[in-house]
Amino acid sequence: MADDIKPRIRVQNTARKGEVVEVKTLITHPMENGQRKDASGKVVPRMIVNALKVTYNDKPVMDVKLETAVAANPFMAFFVKVEETGTLKFTWTDDEKNSWTAESKIEVA
Amino acid sequence: MNAMTALLTRRTALAAIAGVIVARNASATPEQTKEWLSTAAKGTPREGKVTLKAPEIAENGNAVPVTVSVESEMTAKSYVKAVYIAADGNPNPGVATYEFTPMSGKAEVQLRVRLAQTQKLVVVAEMNDGTLYTASREIKVTIGGCGG
Repeated sequence: MADDIKPRIRVQNTARKGEVVEVKTLITHPMENGQRKDASGKVVPRMIVNALKVTYNDKPVMDVKLETAVAANPFMAFFVKVEETGTLKFTWTDDEKNSWTAESKIEVA
Repeated sequence: MNAMTALLTRRTALAAIAGVIVARNASATPEQTKEWLSTAAKGTPREGKVTLKAPEIAENGNAVPVTVSVESEMTAKSYVKAVYIAADGNPNPGVATYEFTPMSGKAEVQLRVRLAQTQKLVVVAEMNDGTLYTASREIKVTIGGCGG
C-alpha cells in the first residue's frame, strides 16, 4: 500500500523577484482516522500523514501539522515569496515515520 | 458506491435507534475545542483579520474545501506565526496547525477537511507579537465523513 503513495506538486517554474507564488500539493494517502471499521468489524488503526514541511533553499517556509480531520489524499495550497532562484522542497511524514519528498525549482528572471 | 450508500443508510438508522447520546459521546464538544485551541494558542483571541471561507452546506463531509486567510504584511517585523484550525463536532477537535515564516509571503491556505456532522469550524491566528485573532463558521453537513 505504501507503494501507492505519491506526492504531487504544482508550482510555476519562473517568477519575478519578490513575487508571491501559489503552490498546490497533494499526496495520495488514505489518512485512516482510526474511527473506521473494516468488513469484519475491527477498527482500522489510525494511519495518517501528520506533517508537511516546506523549505525554500533549505530555509523554512511553512510547517503543517495534520490531524485526523484532514481529508484523505491531503491537498494543501499555500504561498511562498520568491526572492532568488532556488529549490522548493516538500517533506511529508506519516504515523509510521515513512516520509516522502518532492522538489521543484523556481527560477527568478 | 451503492454498497457504501446502503451502509451509510444502515448506519444512520442504527444511530437513530441508539439515540443522540451515543453520537454526542463520540464527538468533541465546543468546550473541548476551546481547550484544544487554548492549549495551542494562549490568550484571548479577538474577532477580525481572519477570513474563513467554506461552503454553507457541504454535501459530502469526507472532503470539505476550506480556505483560511489572515491579513498581514508577512514581513520580518509583522507576520502570522501560526494558524490553528479546529472543528467542534468531530471525534477529535484538532484539524490542522500551520506555522508560517515571513517567507510564506501571504498567510493563506487551502485544505480539505473531514466533518462528521453539521458543526462549527474555528480558526485562531497567532501573530508574531502574540496577539490572537479568530473567526468561525458553521457548516451544514449532509453526509458525515468519519467512516463506517
